[in-house]
Amino acid sequence: MSMRSTGEGIGRRDLIKRSAALGLISVPTMSFLSACASGGGDTSTKGPDKGAVTKENPFGVAKGGKLDVVVFKGGFGDDYAKAWEAAFDKKWGTTSSHLGTQEIAAKLQPRFNGGNPPDVIDDSGAQQIKVDVLAKGGQLAELTAVLDAPSLDDPAKKVRDMLIPGTVEQGTQGGKFVALYYVYTVFGFWYSGKLFKEKGWAEPKTWDEFLDICTKAKAAGIGGLAHQGKYPYYINVVIMDLIAKKGGLEAMKAIDNLEPNAFEGNPAALAAVEAVYEVVEKDLLMAGTNGLTHTESQTAWNQYKAAFIPSGSWLENEQLKQTPDDFDMKFLPVPTLADSKLPFEAIRAGAGEPFIVPEKAANKAGGLEFLRSMLSREWSTLFAQQANSLTVVKDGVDPNVKLRPGTASAVAAVKTAGSNTFSYLYPDWYSEMDTEIQNASNELMAKRIQPKEWIKRAQAAVDKAAKDPNAKNNHRS
Amino acid sequence: MSQVAQGKGRIGFIAGFLVLPLALYLTFVIWPYIQTFGYSFTNWSGQSPTFDFVGLDNYAALMKDEVFRGALWHNLLLLVFVPTVTILLALFFAFMVNAGGRSGAGGVRGVWGSSVYKIVYFFPQVLSLAILAVLFGAVYRSDEGGLLNGFLTKLGLVDPVHPVEWLNQPDLALWCLLLVVVWHGVGFYLVLFSAAMQSVPKDIYEAALLDGAGRAQTFLKVTLPLLWDSVQTSAVYLGIAAMDMFVLVSTMTSGQFGGGPDHHSEVMATVLMRNFLYFGKSGYACAMGVVMLVLTMILSIVTLRATRRERIEF
Repeated sequence: MSMRSTGEGIGRRDLIKRSAALGLISVPTMSFLSACASGGGDTSTKGPDKGAVTKENPFGVAKGGKLDVVVFKGGFGDDYAKAWEAAFDKKWGTTSSHLGTQEIAAKLQPRFNGGNPPDVIDDSGAQQIKVDVLAKGGQLAELTAVLDAPSLDDPAKKVRDMLIPGTVEQGTQGGKFVALYYVYTVFGFWYSGKLFKEKGWAEPKTWDEFLDICTKAKAAGIGGLAHQGKYPYYINVVIMDLIAKKGGLEAMKAIDNLEPNAFEGNPAALAAVEAVYEVVEKDLLMAGTNGLTHTESQTAWNQYKAAFIPSGSWLENEQLKQTPDDFDMKFLPVPTLADSKLPFEAIRAGAGEPFIVPEKAANKAGGLEFLRSMLSREWSTLFAQQANSLTVVKDGVDPNVKLRPGTASAVAAVKTAGSNTFSYLYPDWYSEMDTEIQNASNELMAKRIQPKEWIKRAQAAVDKAAKDPNAKNNHRS
Repeated sequence: MSQVAQGKGRIGFIAGFLVLPLALYLTFVIWPYIQTFGYSFTNWSGQSPTFDFVGLDNYAALMKDEVFRGALWHNLLLLVFVPTVTILLALFFAFMVNAGGRSGAGGVRGVWGSSVYKIVYFFPQVLSLAILAVLFGAVYRSDEGGLLNGFLTKLGLVDPVHPVEWLNQPDLALWCLLLVVVWHGVGFYLVLFSAAMQSVPKDIYEAALLDGAGRAQTFLKVTLPLLWDSVQTSAVYLGIAAMDMFVLVSTMTSGQFGGGPDHHSEVMATVLMRNFLYFGKSGYACAMGVVMLVLTMILSIVTLRATRRERIEF
């Protein structure tokens, strides 16, 4: 009964050695298999899928590969993405697979967890996967390479130089640029060019002129101001824009930074709220607008039942079906109060729709190239045509292309505004405070509270948010 | 000896059947409850897997939360009115449909056309709550386009320039919603009570009639006592519905997950969802969930106990 192993069986030591060897072989094999299963060429294991890196091809996209694109199919639809993919396939000989969906999280969470995410994602909508969560989990590719690559429009320039200011900051998480917020949104009032022409009304530049038109409209049996009463978010745009314009960027930052005099003791804030309340007091609101949803009030406005409505530049695309052909939609920056620090032309503007490339994407080079193409004037124009909205590409729309009137007037307003843009951050930082201010605005519009009471309630919301542990991390200068 | 073995065999046999459903029940019903209970002691944000244990902080904050207290008060109001109004109306209609008519022949029957009424009354029950919300959204619409406003304007009762903003009035919103729930529920409970009434032997009614009982007397002395079991069960069901109300409030009223104007139609479920999904205070929301669970259980027990009566066999 010797303990030594004979040739007949496998000794304990041999077993361990062999299984270790088996493990060494099987690990790379498994990843190779999984790379095959994910359908795309994993650049690290499959040589032919990596193209040569050249000036024209800075990320080394392989000709004839595969590209997997998932986009949020919301207010902008997904036709624009299909147009992009067609252009991409034509140039690179790739085969794109396209998925337009509202269920981003449900469709993509398993793929992220399984290590086979798509190559490009528009991570938006109510069911988006939070960008900061993905970034913390190391799931996102750093996109700085895209910023430093040569622009497709002018190879002498970098992509970075083609973007409107703020784009990089907005997509930076923990010091890394990981998300490209692509759709540029401007906020303000909208009116019908046709109606104004008929009535001989001029575009109001001051709040008094604005009230004057509202009064004339009311006399003509039309409502002055319509707003999306069920969602006080929209009337808050007006109030906050008036505050920022009257009090300047300092007044805006005071709110974002939760300062004790953000509203209380801030004359600009009181003047802004009183200005909006004047519309209520003088009975210049469209009948019933306080209780309507966004679609109901916007449709009423499209039926010439009101002169003005506040909204972001997604409005035209959202109302496409309800807008009469000759409506001639026009954008109007929020008119200014007396002694405003910002000019009439200043607008609130910000970017939405974050596009990301997963770190583990099978065709990461393709994903990066896709983003670089998105930041070309050609693709930006495609987007403006298909989705009726602007992009973060500076002057990104070919002037020869005919846009719908609302988008065209928004493009013009962005141009006129130049660097005179501003943007609030508190709604993203402090949703509870935002909700409470919205509630106060709802009461104000229904004439149940007075401007002073609104100020008190808004300040209380700010003071409460200042106690939030998140308040330590958020600060803008 | 053989009896013991038989007993063991039977237990094994029964357990064999029960093990799978029990496991499913434990995994998908009981475990989430326990998890919720556990999360209610943390500051979990709902968006990241990390959180800290905070003890009873959430429950302490809940006591001071005016919005939640307001919501609780609204739930209690609904708890009183939803079952009472629904059951009274359903009982009345069921009685009229089944025993309210009186023919010369002396038999017991419903009012004329009752078989049609029964079907018509049941219609609202067929609609899902989501459709109901859209439907009544159109009824309560705050401009002339709304059914109520349009009607009242035509009658000259409402000024077309200042229509009633039904769901945007602090003192009206909750009652408008109550009406929808009652409208939805009456039909179902009418059918339920009808079935119960039909199982009451006709001779009891006939005897009452021969003794000269009027409709009201027949109802109070004969029908209601014999229906008590059904009424009791209905009260519990409607009570639980009144404790929920999430779908209607969240879709019909203003605010993130409803509750507007200015928290005047808030119920516990809407406050919970807002904290859970929108404010990123999931641990806090779990504490609300636990409070709702406890309250609903107390409610069921109290209702069943308080309405217990001697059973009448027939």
